[in-house]
Amino acid sequence: MDGIEVLVRIAWLLGAASFVIGLMRMNSPATARNGNLLSAGGMALAIGGTAVLLAFNGAVAPTGWLIIAVGIAVGGGAGLYTAKTVKMTAMPQLVSLFNAVGGGAAALIAIDDYLRLSGEVASISLQISIPTVLDILIGSITFTGSLIASGKLMGVISGKPIMLPAGRLITIGIVLVAAAGSLYLWTGAISVPVMFLILAAALVFGVTMVLPIGGADMPVVISLLNSFTGTAVAMAGFVIGNDVLIIAGALVGASGAILTKLMADAMNRSVLNIMLGGFGGGEGTVGTVAGAGGSVRAIGADDVAIQLAYASSVIIVPGYGLAVAQAQHAVRELAELLEERGVDVKYAIHPVAGRMPGHMNVLLAEANVPYPQLKEMDDINPDFDRCDVALVVGANDVTNPAARRPGSPVSGMPILDVDHAKSIVVIKRSMGRGYAGIDNELYGNPKTGMLFADAKAGLAELVNAVKAL
Amino acid sequence: MNTELLAALTVFVLAILCGFAVISKVPATLHTPLMSGANSIHGIVLVGSMIIAASATDLLSQILSLIAVAFATMNVVGGYVVTDRMLQMFKKRPTAPAPAAAAAPSTPSTPSEKAGA
Repeated sequence: MDGIEVLVRIAWLLGAASFVIGLMRMNSPATARNGNLLSAGGMALAIGGTAVLLAFNGAVAPTGWLIIAVGIAVGGGAGLYTAKTVKMTAMPQLVSLFNAVGGGAAALIAIDDYLRLSGEVASISLQISIPTVLDILIGSITFTGSLIASGKLMGVISGKPIMLPAGRLITIGIVLVAAAGSLYLWTGAISVPVMFLILAAALVFGVTMVLPIGGADMPVVISLLNSFTGTAVAMAGFVIGNDVLIIAGALVGASGAILTKLMADAMNRSVLNIMLGGFGGGEGTVGTVAGAGGSVRAIGADDVAIQLAYASSVIIVPGYGLAVAQAQHAVRELAELLEERGVDVKYAIHPVAGRMPGHMNVLLAEANVPYPQLKEMDDINPDFDRCDVALVVGANDVTNPAARRPGSPVSGMPILDVDHAKSIVVIKRSMGRGYAGIDNELYGNPKTGMLFADAKAGLAELVNAVKAL
Repeated sequence: MNTELLAALTVFVLAILCGFAVISKVPATLHTPLMSGANSIHGIVLVGSMIIAASATDLLSQILSLIAVAFATMNVVGGYVVTDRMLQMFKKRPTAPAPAAAAAPSTPSTPSEKAGA
């Protein structure tokens, strides 16, 4: 090991350390940004070190440098453009897209390595063939699975669970093919066609795995695929014998696994249950609704404005409908108006409000809502008892009291105790159902007034009405 | 099993445990930026992609490594930039209604500097 290689290996080590410290600094909003920049700095160091190593080894053909330069220019441009232009509501699908390319790159490393080895040696040891096969399997599943997940959230592919005819049989067949192929390669035999067969099986498996899962569960799937990508990268590290890939990949693999479990817990589902698919989108989810369906009280913007303006405490419950309508700024404007009149305004954030845990916080932070006003579910729930008006904007299933009883698709899901407020106002376009596909009993509550409007238009009306008072 | 592989396995297992320990402390409100931040870290696959690109001699290998480098760079650059965009919104402001006084003097965050590779 010469001097340059030692220095580069130390640069890789520093990079890996900065990833760990960066993640630790994401503990609190105050240090999170700094942590991300530290992590980015470590990444730049690791990549720069790799370039130095390649340059000093002198084994790089001009075409090699050309490939690296063109690849970085194209990929960097695409990454920069999408990251700068994406709307914050579209964040989950972008993360999914980055999962796809990360997993794809990891799989390509193993494919390339296998193709080279197959021309050079007579047999491949388990030490290489095990991570190679796992990298190809996991990386390819992540690639197609993430693209499907992203497509579902973008609306390119239907968000409803898509059941393929004989889907389970196809899946079982694919698994058998992949397993047989893997075992064959692990005997030491070299076969490029078998490697491609495994690749094809994994690519198809990614599609058949994600298609039957409903759009509401996509964040959990994306988080799981994030974990997969990390694992695939770690396997790529074993294939080419690179520690920094192993460390960073394992870190992400572990973090994605934890996050997946936390998200599933917040929705009161098991990860396995989600991955088996079929939830949401109507079928089989008739639900037992008592009280709703009967009388629903519609209410006008002027009446709501009076209620809000003369309340002493108001809790706003934002949901994905607010984000879709781009009404974050309107809700902040209303809240500021009310505060000027001396009303105490807080936001109740359900863990899965928006599309992912913490997504709603990002959306409201973007609209300059002061961070301390955002309250988490467990902190705010006791406050509903003392609250004059609960204003629900575009949230549905997370407010459904049916979750407290067994026998409903949302049973057991932790909910916001909106029905404990003295008065409830729901801004909603129609009586349409939420992702769980059931009616919300809250709307039938005598204390509830329904303001039928698009979230943005409804809030704008309220702002004008409050100003006019 | 040789010592090199054993060392790599040791690193792998310890890194997994480290990931569990670090992540389980993060509050739910930061989970979205965290997922995005972890997402950018697996862009480290760019290091591997560059190494295979450097030694690619035949056409197929060159094409595969070009795609790998482009994919990985997109992951790195996009991941960090978008995470930074999200996190720069998490600023503490005084809850006072006067928006003019909102420029908190204590927050050290500067809105410029961009993350990237």
